[in-house]
Amino acid sequence: MAIVPVAFLAVFFAFPVASIVGRGLADGAALDVVRRRSTGRLLWFTLWQAAASTALTLVVGLPAAWAVARVDLPGRRLLRALLVVPFVLPTLVVGAALQGVFDRLGVGREATGLRLQGTVWAILLAHVVLNVAVVVRIVGGYWALLDPRTEEAARVLGASRWRVWREVSAPRLAPALWSAAGIVFLFCFTSFGVILTVGGTGHPTVETEIWRAATQRTDLTTAAALALVQLLAVGALVLVVTVLEARSGARLPARRPAAARRPQTVRQRITVAAALGPALALVVVPLVVLVERSLWEGDGHGLANYRALGSRHAGGLFVTPWEAVGNSVRDAAAAMVLAVVVGGLASVVVAYAGRGSGRALDVAVMVPLGTSAVTLGFGILIALDTPPLDLRTSPIIVPVAQALVGIAFVVRSLVPALRAVDPRLREAAAVLGAPPARVRLAVDVALAARPLLVGAAFAFAIALGEFGATSFLARPDAPTVPVAMFRLLGQPGASLRGQAMALGTVLALLTMASVLVIERLRPRDALGW
Amino acid sequence: MFRSRPHRTSRSAVWFVALASLASGVLVSCTDDPDPAAITVPAADGDAPCRPDRLPRSITPASVADAPVDGTTVTLVTHDSFATSDGTFDRFTEQTGITVKVLQTGDAGTLVSQSILTAGKPVADVLFGIDTTFLCRGTRAGLFVPYAPKALADVDDAVEQDPDHLVTPIDVGDVCLNYAKAAHPDPASAPASLDDLTDRRFADQFVTENPETSSPGLAFLLATIAEYGPKGWQGYWKRLRANGVQVVNGWEEAYNDAFGAGTGDRSIVTSYATSPVADVVYSDPPRTEPAIAVVPDACFRQVEFAGILRGTAHPEAAALLVDFLLSPTFQEDIPLTMFVEPVNRRAKVPAVFEANRTPVDKPLTMTPAEIEAGRDAWTEAWTRIVLR
Repeated sequence: MAIVPVAFLAVFFAFPVASIVGRGLADGAALDVVRRRSTGRLLWFTLWQAAASTALTLVVGLPAAWAVARVDLPGRRLLRALLVVPFVLPTLVVGAALQGVFDRLGVGREATGLRLQGTVWAILLAHVVLNVAVVVRIVGGYWALLDPRTEEAARVLGASRWRVWREVSAPRLAPALWSAAGIVFLFCFTSFGVILTVGGTGHPTVETEIWRAATQRTDLTTAAALALVQLLAVGALVLVVTVLEARSGARLPARRPAAARRPQTVRQRITVAAALGPALALVVVPLVVLVERSLWEGDGHGLANYRALGSRHAGGLFVTPWEAVGNSVRDAAAAMVLAVVVGGLASVVVAYAGRGSGRALDVAVMVPLGTSAVTLGFGILIALDTPPLDLRTSPIIVPVAQALVGIAFVVRSLVPALRAVDPRLREAAAVLGAPPARVRLAVDVALAARPLLVGAAFAFAIALGEFGATSFLARPDAPTVPVAMFRLLGQPGASLRGQAMALGTVLALLTMASVLVIERLRPRDALGW
Repeated sequence: MFRSRPHRTSRSAVWFVALASLASGVLVSCTDDPDPAAITVPAADGDAPCRPDRLPRSITPASVADAPVDGTTVTLVTHDSFATSDGTFDRFTEQTGITVKVLQTGDAGTLVSQSILTAGKPVADVLFGIDTTFLCRGTRAGLFVPYAPKALADVDDAVEQDPDHLVTPIDVGDVCLNYAKAAHPDPASAPASLDDLTDRRFADQFVTENPETSSPGLAFLLATIAEYGPKGWQGYWKRLRANGVQVVNGWEEAYNDAFGAGTGDRSIVTSYATSPVADVVYSDPPRTEPAIAVVPDACFRQVEFAGILRGTAHPEAAALLVDFLLSPTFQEDIPLTMFVEPVNRRAKVPAVFEANRTPVDKPLTMTPAEIEAGRDAWTEAWTRIVLR
């Protein structure tokens, strides 16, 4: 069981990353880089902006998670799908849309006024927009399974709302909280586009400095030293979060989720609106800007940009943007299959193996989320250069790089479900005479199938929007949607920008459609997303 | 409550990952074997600081002419901004029987860094897209095999820049100041020089790119160094900062957001001499007059080169591809796909390009060796002056 995920991670992650870091460290000057005072400052800023972004995302996301878990809202599925969209859009586009919002609100127009662009606040805000879905989905999904009567009992006994949250809800939600916080932190820790575009010139992080050293200065020593610092920090962090998550997860949640209730009184309606409002506004407003820009034709609104997507004469592209959509879907499907196979097997090991090796694999599948895209991309380029593994320019390398991120999501979705399988079911099957293989098939596989599909669809959606490691590979000229958008935005010309925005809208719709499919697959009684 | 009984699997999983990492670290620290085909040239001294330690034997037009290349596939690796019209390489295949496969990666810096990492064991046969600012780094790292196409006779000597013919010039792009015509309708009072940017009239009007993260940003920094000299450029940037220059990390943010393609908060931007051409070609709704204008006196010239990668299995077919990139067929496709000027004098430029481009008669220039020698110190000093 463990062979496949371990081999996959070893060949496509550990070996490339160790190769590139090893080559950079070979000349011995790397220790000087690590010891530099500026490296300490860089790591400190990277850590605190990620921590602050995570905290803010939790503040905005938790009320929304409560609302989607506990309240029966019309259009709840659409809402959940909508929240995920910014998560997969290229940061360049989300950044531009946020900037558009600042402009339209008059914020940042005047030099003396509140100018968000280029500030830490802009970075934090963009991170909340991009990651709020993670909190809503992970925590919300878990929350729905907890019995609300415990909280109600505490209220009846006279506890204040705050005390109920602190002493009842929060401890019971702890596994999901740690899980969500861990993923959000890793995304913010290695955030690239937001830092460079929204954050302006004054806020470099470990991730952007690795990129700058490796690609703009060809200073591999500095890049490798920083990559090592990043790996160690991420490894330590993931280990801590995994331990905290496992410790807090001792209590098994209720098996049958409580039915969501419709808001009855005006006061309840206001509470729900207040809980959902901030998260929804942060996600919807940039999307509205994106759609509006995609419809803008210079002197009015219309569908010209969408019609132009079908033409072969789109600037800077070898293919029509529709073909880019096709490439994206094909790569994402391949990435999903890889993530499901590898992540599925890894989940089984994580859930059932001994504590040591299970936890080690759990950490190992999470670390790629917190690894610099340049490190991985360049690592693959120098490590996988010898037959039978000369995959440097193979078409499969793009889905492989995308799957490395998707695996973590499959594991996070599947492991809680596997852990929640009641052992008495297996015992019953065995007593009834089923051989061990049959027990696995009839009990574990049957119960885990749906969460596995949920994780699979997430891996699919993430691969659709991936624009990290794959941009540092030497890709065959089959541009995916994010690559095509980036190219369209890279040249002057209003029509190209309009087409990029139209393509972004298509990507958003595609993402929503795939998340709605997740919702269809989503079992009412399973843990996870 | 119940927890499923853990099933033991091997703990060695962890150790396998750890050992694999360690082992690979040791493996890659070994150096490449020396290339037997290389001949040693006199040590890279002050005269030729961009020359590799060993200069590979040149590919000659004679050897290319006799080679059986029909049916081979050559791979071209390039950056994300590379573009050709549909079917351009089919013409090459018709002429030679060689199929072209294109690989693309990030920006020009990413392309060069990747090629240096894979030097001698390249992912492709030909590289296109190394420019003046990165050239020295690439040639010194031994990326290329020398080859001098016959068509160089039709190319201006000034753009050749590499005496060893390790690379061939393909196109010329001038990084220039652009301004919005709406904000500066009268050419007489529009910005006309680098000095104007420090004038109070243009306070808080200029947005440029960070030279540490952007190619046009670096070109503009080099323009100021070429103009004001190694002693004067720092003072110029202090004045620029005092006059409210805005710096962003990438061309997209500068041109599309701050400059708003001619409608934004900032009315002067660092972009290209050909930006008005793209502004017209991709205008929406269509118009024939560009909304932006170019300051022709403050341009920095960047040449983009193609080179045959050392370690290629198809040197002759690769040489033919370089010939093709320099041929009128490809050269005439360049203006409206990549919005830069072809280097081949025989190439005819499309009318819309001719009508809207701004000829740059006296560009500011710097040799690749000068750039390589000064670059890191300049960008560090720039960061101190402008960003801190």
